[in-house]
Amino acid sequence: MSSDLHGLVAHQFDDMEQQREAATIGMWAFLITEVMLFGGMFMCYTVYRTLYPEAFQAGSHHLNIILGTLNTALLIGSSLTMALAVHAAQNGHRKQVERLIVATILLGSLFLAVKAFEYTGKWQENLIPGPNFAPAEPIPHLQIFYALYFVLTGTHAFHMVIGIGVMVVMLVMNRGGKFSKDYYAPVEMAGLYWHFVDIVWIFLFPLLYLLGRH
Amino acid sequence: MNAPGTVKERNFINADYGIKSWLLTLDHKRIAILYLLSTTFFFVVGGAAAVLFRLELLTPASDLLQADTYNKMFTIHGVAMVFFFLIPTIPAVLGNFLIPLMIGARDLAMPRLNLASWYVFNLGGLLALMGIAGGGVDTGWTFYTPYSTTYANSQVILTALGAFVSGFASIMTGLNFIVTIHTMRAPGLKWFRLPLFVWAHYATSLIIVLGTPVVSITIVLVALERLFHIGIFDPALGGDPVLFQHLFWFYSHPAVYIMILPAMGVVSELITCFARKRIFGYKFIVASSMGIAILGFLVWGHHMFVSSQSIYAGLVFSVLTMLVAVPSAIKMLNWTATLYRGSISYQTPMLYAFGFLGLFTIGGMTGIFLGNLGLDLHLHDTYFVVAHFHYVMVGGMVMAYLGGLHFWWPKITGRLYPEGWAKLSAIIIFVGFNFTFLPQFVLGYMGMPRRYASYPDEFQMLNIFSTAGASILGFGYLFPMIYLTWSLFRGKKAGPNPFDAKGLEWTVPSPPPTFNFTETPVVTEEAYDYPI
Repeated sequence: MSSDLHGLVAHQFDDMEQQREAATIGMWAFLITEVMLFGGMFMCYTVYRTLYPEAFQAGSHHLNIILGTLNTALLIGSSLTMALAVHAAQNGHRKQVERLIVATILLGSLFLAVKAFEYTGKWQENLIPGPNFAPAEPIPHLQIFYALYFVLTGTHAFHMVIGIGVMVVMLVMNRGGKFSKDYYAPVEMAGLYWHFVDIVWIFLFPLLYLLGRH
Repeated sequence: MNAPGTVKERNFINADYGIKSWLLTLDHKRIAILYLLSTTFFFVVGGAAAVLFRLELLTPASDLLQADTYNKMFTIHGVAMVFFFLIPTIPAVLGNFLIPLMIGARDLAMPRLNLASWYVFNLGGLLALMGIAGGGVDTGWTFYTPYSTTYANSQVILTALGAFVSGFASIMTGLNFIVTIHTMRAPGLKWFRLPLFVWAHYATSLIIVLGTPVVSITIVLVALERLFHIGIFDPALGGDPVLFQHLFWFYSHPAVYIMILPAMGVVSELITCFARKRIFGYKFIVASSMGIAILGFLVWGHHMFVSSQSIYAGLVFSVLTMLVAVPSAIKMLNWTATLYRGSISYQTPMLYAFGFLGLFTIGGMTGIFLGNLGLDLHLHDTYFVVAHFHYVMVGGMVMAYLGGLHFWWPKITGRLYPEGWAKLSAIIIFVGFNFTFLPQFVLGYMGMPRRYASYPDEFQMLNIFSTAGASILGFGYLFPMIYLTWSLFRGKKAGPNPFDAKGLEWTVPSPPPTFNFTETPVVTEEAYDYPI
């Protein structure tokens, strides 16, 4: 093992391999906690969709499917750039890593911008759950659909914001020359997280926008 | 003082000095001690609330405390004890200190995350304390909707936020243990050579990782419901308050196993050491720990037999509840079989282990009563339930914790505790505990409901017994706090292995040096290589 590599192994680990294995298991275990976090919300969704199918259909119809589709494309695109960034990091191409992570951040930010635009529309239509909830045509229990819509997409957007923060850190670390062919675990872990957040959207999009639409 | 010319041995305590060296430490052993201080503080807070409402219950009328204050007191007791003592204590104190030592590692896999968890834990505690200081909460630790979201006129959000935040500390600890146990075992330390304490913490960590996020999001929904009335848990808006109960107990029932599994791990270590005998049925104990972790997720509905849950769901949950008793019974059998023909010595940790065996059995068996659909109709929300879970939590978890704390105290501090005082207080605690909670089984069976400040006159005699017992118990808990502190300064030097116990943690000096092992140990034998 070269001596400069040795400095990258934290004191509690014996070697790089052990450290990488720990990071990987830790990240996957963390992602399981995230699955359970969203799982609780999906449970609520399932229960209320079963109880109030009409309200949920009406809600799905009212969401803007074009913006939803656009956002899905943006996120899938960002997953691609992220996967390429990890690949570039594995091969030690610092310039490429930088470009690809910047692209990921841009696509993620665009997603959030579209989301913000959608939220504003809902605000103007008085569709924010709470005392001021007043849809144009009153459908019983529509509020519960919107409550779940905002909780689910809001939690997802929150994860996107964190993800973008993590990407900025990766960018700084990459600039500082922290990564090499031998050490790129942080990019890999950040990638796992980013893909996870994308996959959550892949579930949210059909559940909220598509199901029951005809 | 050291004689001139001798060099004082470096250990994790004297490795560095000053408050900063503790607050910024990454050493799992120091973090364990930080956690010891925090959780003990919350134990005292929860205990103080218990003193007040036990005094109130001396007399049938609501006189010492108004009903409202009484509700706040039992809520403080529940919140402090459940979220800030029972759940974190054994993993974050004993587990944190011992797991790296037991598996031959220099530290946990993620030392910074470990320190962060302590700060997050204290932040959660601070929020809960602010809730208490800012007027208190009267919902009980369960935050049942729609009372908590619509009607309660108290600091629900701050307190629930405290539980929410402390949940993240718990997740951090759980993740850290899983990664550490997977990746950092010493050469030769195969999975089936691990001490059962480590296995128990592995199973516990799985529950923490799978369960805690669910209660986190549930608390967020409760807060949103309370703040904005979004309708999710409000029956007036089409929401289902029973859904809250499902989500809440999906975590909070497994949380019972978060409390008891580490305690079982401690007891496995104590029994085999003080019987000088290899543990009986090692693999069965491992399997039962994992079995409890899995089955524990399938029984939450037994909290809701009278909450308008479908009767068929109730039947299934009832059967599954009977099933989860099996792995616990397997452990009990194995411990008893380990004692059989062992060479038993009655030192303090063993007294606590015996206390655990008896009290946990009563707690577990009465759980079978409550898991029974028909019987639960009669016993639901009575003092029978209160007595049942205190036998499991206090009789089980606290007994094991105290046993473990005494057992590893010499390892942690390098000093022996005073055996006579320790034995005396173990006996006082055992007697006080039974005096407090045995009468409550009878009270509950007679129909006294929990969570009321006043009660009919005919229940007074048993309540006096219970309060008297609680006073004995309270004194019992004070003793260890005093003599253990005393032993820090005046206790005899312990040496590396005062109990002649097996396990890697006993091969290093007491207190251990900062990086635990000068050379990574190589394990060549099974755990618990005791003479018999």
